[in-house]
Amino acid sequence: MSLHPPAKAWTYWANFLTLCVLTVVTWFTACQDLGVMSTPIALGIAVVKAALVALFFMHVWESTPLTKLVIFASLFILTVLLTFLFTDYMTRNYDVLPPVPAVSSRV
Amino acid sequence: MSLTENHAPSKGHDDASHGSSHDLAHHFDNVEQQHDAGNLGMWMFLTTEVLFFGGLFAAYTIYRYKFEKVFEQASNILDPFLGGVNTIVLIFSSVTMAFAVRSAQQGKSKAIVAWLAATIVFGSMFLGIKYFEWKHDATLHVFPTADFNWTWAREKHAEHDHHESHEPEMRGLVFNSPKVPQSYIDKDSKNPEAKQARLFFFLYFMMTSLHAAHMVIGFGIMAVIMIYAWNGFYTANYYVPVESVGLYWHFVDLVWIFLYPLLYLLGAHLSAGH
Repeated sequence: MSLHPPAKAWTYWANFLTLCVLTVVTWFTACQDLGVMSTPIALGIAVVKAALVALFFMHVWESTPLTKLVIFASLFILTVLLTFLFTDYMTRNYDVLPPVPAVSSRV
Repeated sequence: MSLTENHAPSKGHDDASHGSSHDLAHHFDNVEQQHDAGNLGMWMFLTTEVLFFGGLFAAYTIYRYKFEKVFEQASNILDPFLGGVNTIVLIFSSVTMAFAVRSAQQGKSKAIVAWLAATIVFGSMFLGIKYFEWKHDATLHVFPTADFNWTWAREKHAEHDHHESHEPEMRGLVFNSPKVPQSYIDKDSKNPEAKQARLFFFLYFMMTSLHAAHMVIGFGIMAVIMIYAWNGFYTANYYVPVESVGLYWHFVDLVWIFLYPLLYLLGAHLSAGH
């Protein structure tokens, strides 16, 4: 009897193999010219890999609700950080906008 | 409160323990509460780590958005194959770490030591590959110092891609690449893209070296845990330190899982046609 019954060994190996396959897939897709889709695909695969590591290696799957709340909170705070930064940078980035016309029509 | 009270019957408290009082600290009701409290504390720490790396990811995203084309070209300098091999090496070290924690749950002290040793071996392998990558980066003059030269980097990288022959690799352990000719320095000073590429490499070295620093710190923590485990300090009822170093190591793995596509794969498609 132990505090937490250990997971079956094969689940770790299965997780490892899945992560390896996903690594090869992300490498292969990145070597193709997929245009604007390449980043969403690469990040999508990264999120799936991260979820596998967190859920099974880090035992989030069987963690307490309080731990899950802390994890959610960290991701939420990260989202707040990124969202507010980007709403600022991506709406005030004047140097990538077309040049302002010399004569203003608003006078 | 006397020490004997620590041995008050609690769920699964009697077996696999060495009868040492540290199995249950007196301020916890039972080993489960003790475990959950320690585990929660480690996750709290990881939350701060998420934001620590999050700042760098934010900086990366903003500058990549601003200088998209040059960031792709700069990323193309990196070797996505070596990065991929390193990803798998690091994931493997996560598996050995998962088994170290599993051994701790089973109360197998010697197995904890063995699995942690394997984790250190594969972690070192990761850093070894990283070292050779950085060494190659030095021959390309992409370290964002006064020595940085984007014109040189692109030229040498293209030669390497097409003819498989480039300048002789540096010998020895030190990054002392030959000086860039003045004509390259002049070209770079007129090229605004050189500054943008420098920014990419600043972020690349900052993020990968911060990641590597986390790994080195992890080695230190693992070494201490190994000594304790060797002496039978951990039991099936008390293994929070082993589990915490496991969470830390998996977190380092998580960071790399995002660094790999963002840094190495961003410009990988540019070499696709060759």
